Amino acid sequence: MSTPPVIQVDDLCKHYGPVRAVDGISFTVARGATCALLGGNGAGKTTTIAMLLGLLLPTSGQIRILGEDIPRHRYRVLPRMNFSSPYMDLPQRLTVWENLTVYARLYGVRRIHERLATLGRELDIDGFFKRPYGSLSAGQKTRVVLAKALLNEPDILLLDEPTASLDPDTADRMRSTLTDYRDRSGATLLLASHNMSEVERLCDQVIMLRAGHIVATGTPRELIHRYGRKDMEEVFLDIARGIRNGEVRE
Amino acid sequence: MTALSPQRIGALVLRYLYLLRGSWIRVIELAYWPTVQMVLWGFITRYLAGHSDVLYQASGLLLSGVLLWDILFRSQLGVSVVFFEELHSRNLGQLFISPLQPIELILALMLVSLARTLLGVGVAVLLAMPFYGFNLFQLGPPLLGFFVNLLMLGWAIGLMVSALVLRYGMGAESIAWAAIFAIAPLCGIYYPVATLPDWLQPLSWALPASHVFEGMRTVLLEHRFRLDFLLYALALNAVYLSLGASLFLAALHKARERGSLLQSGE
Repeated sequence: MSTPPVIQVDDLCKHYGPVRAVDGISFTVARGATCALLGGNGAGKTTTIAMLLGLLLPTSGQIRILGEDIPRHRYRVLPRMNFSSPYMDLPQRLTVWENLTVYARLYGVRRIHERLATLGRELDIDGFFKRPYGSLSAGQKTRVVLAKALLNEPDILLLDEPTASLDPDTADRMRSTLTDYRDRSGATLLLASHNMSEVERLCDQVIMLRAGHIVATGTPRELIHRYGRKDMEEVFLDIARGIRNGEVRE
Repeated sequence: MTALSPQRIGALVLRYLYLLRGSWIRVIELAYWPTVQMVLWGFITRYLAGHSDVLYQASGLLLSGVLLWDILFRSQLGVSVVFFEELHSRNLGQLFISPLQPIELILALMLVSLARTLLGVGVAVLLAMPFYGFNLFQLGPPLLGFFVNLLMLGWAIGLMVSALVLRYGMGAESIAWAAIFAIAPLCGIYYPVATLPDWLQPLSWALPASHVFEGMRTVLLEHRFRLDFLLYALALNAVYLSLGASLFLAALHKARERGSLLQSGE
């Protein structure tokens, strides 16, 4: 018997007046999968993630995560989820340690000192635990926000541009941290990214969005084969420019 | 509805305590204005006491008024300004994807407001003793009732102001400072409600603070405690606080519809 999907989205819409930011998308993500939500700017990725988190109420459609209806019962699953985005900050004047302590308590983490020390080592942030978050570089902030997202060892981790503003070496280490975490915990990852090599390396499922619609799904290998391209970068460009299987679609 | 968690409320209180601990200027600022007000009104009282029978009979009238007024003012700021911290630091989105429930945020804001009010007004109350030989505690046990009522009204107004800012953005922030002064002339801080024009008096009696200040004058001038004032104030506060919390929760719901929790900030 197959296990039910941990994320199930049915006919999801978000309209802002005449603007259809997300327009009737449906997809599922299986337990332990790493799924990429791809698309150009304004495709609806962040809107979709915000609705999955319950930060944004859908106009219509259904979202079920771990079996719970998110718009109505998100507090039942939020302790088992987390989110990392370089576009959402933490309090600037609190130190990194203070910020992580506050969020560890919000998520009900036990043995907080131990957990913070582990994350400090894994993400190489222990060197600036005592510095105010606002004094960190963009790359350091990204790592701290990722540490916040891993505090509660979530079953479902949502990531928006997880390696944005990181140098190649640090970005590579972050990806290793994420794959290690996924393999160790069996967590499900859903990420929005513009880094196609990252998607090829991390993801076993890709959902391509364009103007609020799903225009392609599959594994990275399937999509590369279907579009007759050599990598996901070229597939992404084809889809963003409205080209399907080498032909201009519109 | 998921059960409320004291641990999550405590986590948020800890967040604000960290903020205070990290800045001694913020701690001094808490006590600065109440103290300046107390000093100013202390001198005015000293001057007027020689010219006014009322002030001669009850020399603490103005100082009691100014210190009780500061309880209301500080408790309102304790909710709204602390909430604005989350907007300024673009932390609201992070908070609302955590298991923290809106009602827990409200309770945390109230607790922080209580601490800030006790610290800020407490210093002024203590300094008034050596400065002017004035002891606010001369009001006796009714002081507790006055304090609780003013605190509750401050929370209610703080939540309403926060709801406005959540709805209309940081441009509405100045309302946090201005809102409370709109009711100041109506609630009889320094004069009885009967001083107001007849048509304004019903509006004044609709404010819990008017009952508190009238109650304060009764204690100081007539040396008796009017329980009816206290009960009216409590009943009105129950309405105002429910309204404040409802408006705040409705503004949050609206923000979830509009997606503004994601981009909230300066």
